[in-house]
Amino acid sequence: MFKNFMNWIEYRMPFMEKMNLHVMQYPAPKNFNFWYFFGSLAMLVLVNQILTGIWLTMNFEPSAERAFASVEYIMRDVDYGWLLRYMHSTGASAFFVVVYLHMLRGMMYGSYQKPRELLWIFGMLIFLVLMAEAFMGYLLPWGQMSFWGAQVIISIFGVIPGIGDDLTLWIRGDYVISGATLNRFFALHVIALPLVLVILVFLHIIALHEVGSNNPDGIDVKRPNDGTKIDNNVSDKFTFHEYFTKGGKKIIVDAIPFHPYYTVKDIVGVVGFLLVFCAVIFFAPEGGGFFLEPPNFEPANPMKTPDHIAPVWYFTPFYAILRAVPDQLFGAIFMFLAIIFLALLPWLDRCPVRSVRYRSTFHKWNLVNFCVSFVVLGVLGVLPATPTYTLIAQIASFTYFAFFGLLWLYSKNEKTKPLPVRLS
Amino acid sequence: MLKQLLSVLALVASSAALAAGGPAVHLDKAPIDLHDKESLQRGAKMFQNYCLGCHQMEYQRYSRTFRDLGIPDEVGMQELAFTANKVGDYIKNAAPKADLAKWFGAPPPDLTNVARVRGPDWLYTYLRSFYADPTRPFGVNNDVFPLVGMPHVLQELQGVPYKKHETRLVDGVSQEVYVGIVTDGSGELSTEEYDRAVADLVNYLEYTGEPSKLESHSLGIKVMIFLLIFFVLAFLLKKEYWKDVH
Repeated sequence: MFKNFMNWIEYRMPFMEKMNLHVMQYPAPKNFNFWYFFGSLAMLVLVNQILTGIWLTMNFEPSAERAFASVEYIMRDVDYGWLLRYMHSTGASAFFVVVYLHMLRGMMYGSYQKPRELLWIFGMLIFLVLMAEAFMGYLLPWGQMSFWGAQVIISIFGVIPGIGDDLTLWIRGDYVISGATLNRFFALHVIALPLVLVILVFLHIIALHEVGSNNPDGIDVKRPNDGTKIDNNVSDKFTFHEYFTKGGKKIIVDAIPFHPYYTVKDIVGVVGFLLVFCAVIFFAPEGGGFFLEPPNFEPANPMKTPDHIAPVWYFTPFYAILRAVPDQLFGAIFMFLAIIFLALLPWLDRCPVRSVRYRSTFHKWNLVNFCVSFVVLGVLGVLPATPTYTLIAQIASFTYFAFFGLLWLYSKNEKTKPLPVRLS
Repeated sequence: MLKQLLSVLALVASSAALAAGGPAVHLDKAPIDLHDKESLQRGAKMFQNYCLGCHQMEYQRYSRTFRDLGIPDEVGMQELAFTANKVGDYIKNAAPKADLAKWFGAPPPDLTNVARVRGPDWLYTYLRSFYADPTRPFGVNNDVFPLVGMPHVLQELQGVPYKKHETRLVDGVSQEVYVGIVTDGSGELSTEEYDRAVADLVNYLEYTGEPSKLESHSLGIKVMIFLLIFFVLAFLLKKEYWKDVH
């Protein structure tokens, strides 16, 4: 009965065929470690954001008069409204935690290198859209920090010579941030950007499955089949889709089917993540004032500037770079370059070896330098800009960009360790 | 290189800790407990008697307060609400908003979320930090909120508070040292009773800031227990499947 039904479907749409291709017979390297959880976790958080977002939309009113009150209505009068709201607000921060770690994984194991450049570019586009999505979402509760944070970030576009003022006017839809801004941000936040995000995630995965997953050793699991027998190859036990073996022209080494092996493993990752995620949701939804900032429990007041305006924590590394540069225009340029350089990594890194495991000590330290610079900038972006902090921010901005410059210089003739033949 | 990086990190971390320390004024820890229903009820009563004249709770309904504090609706309506109120109403006053702003220099803020904006410790210290200052329009100033526009509405409870200075030896020189705020004893309550009353009020404000907090904690514990069990099962399932691979 069920088999007949499936055959009926299969005749009209290649459902099982595609499931085999992408899930049951997709070869995934057998040595994925902790860092490989964050892709599936990003998907989980995306689904969480979409679902909780739908339910929040049912009671949220996107107008300057009612936005703040409707959020309080959700918090107090809607059954489990507080839970939906905290899942959504914590989810926003969790999204960036997960995505930053996912990107760091890509940097450690050279997952952006040939042939995965397009995959990396799709990832960077997802990151950009995610930032826009988070920024617009943060205006919606219409609290003091929503208002003034948006004010600061929109004004960044105002420094562009010639068109700056017109551009900020066009973004706001008004001379100041107002209900008009709130309305358009709402439309973009709930329809346009999530749609783009989902499409980009789809493309990210299609691109991933075309070139195959990288792994902590950074060597290929699909090799030309020259007929020699490979000992102890776990892949011999399994059937992989012929798309990957190219009718016997390729042999798959040390890879296992994504399902069930990585689905059951990812469930462990998901539950581990949920333990942390739920601890925040239920016991510390403000996230120490970083996920929900105290001034944001006060309605937006255009006449009253908060003592200290800082963007939400996930923007602060870039915000610190913006502030570190004395000139506003160049500050904005450097801030965008900080992201552009990340997107250019596949071309800046000219080393044929992917994984940090087999690269030079200098590269390892350079990667540490990048992480430290990023974290230091992130902390500084939260703090007020005193002369000392600004100096540290300037140094950290320099070391941030130095990572890319140095990488380009040394990677071409880098002294690397010999690559293993098989996955460890 | 590592040492330099670490020292920069340490510098940033320590300055971050400094900045997170917040205002220079020392804040007393508010002795509050959301489980203490009687304290919350006393706090609600105080809010109605002393705060609601000027401040409101625009987002909190009487019915919600009654339900969460274990007050029967009829009792609550009689004891706490205005006669014109219905039980589903928000906790609002009929004060002329424009006049209030004129009288006090700024509109009195809504207090529903004040504990989330300021924190309970700030509120607890603030309400106990008024002191007589004849230079101010209402004759009082505040250590935590200098030049505050709000009069000391709890003065009938606390008495007239003033700043006490003592002559003390500091580095061998006798100086006038500010030792704290004391009252003239004209209030209805002793210092301990006043602190207790303020704590009750802050407890109530902490509650209205997040009425779902206790529900969140009790549901959270169940969710965490479920997840821990799920984690063990998920781990065992993974181990079983991965026997094929290892």
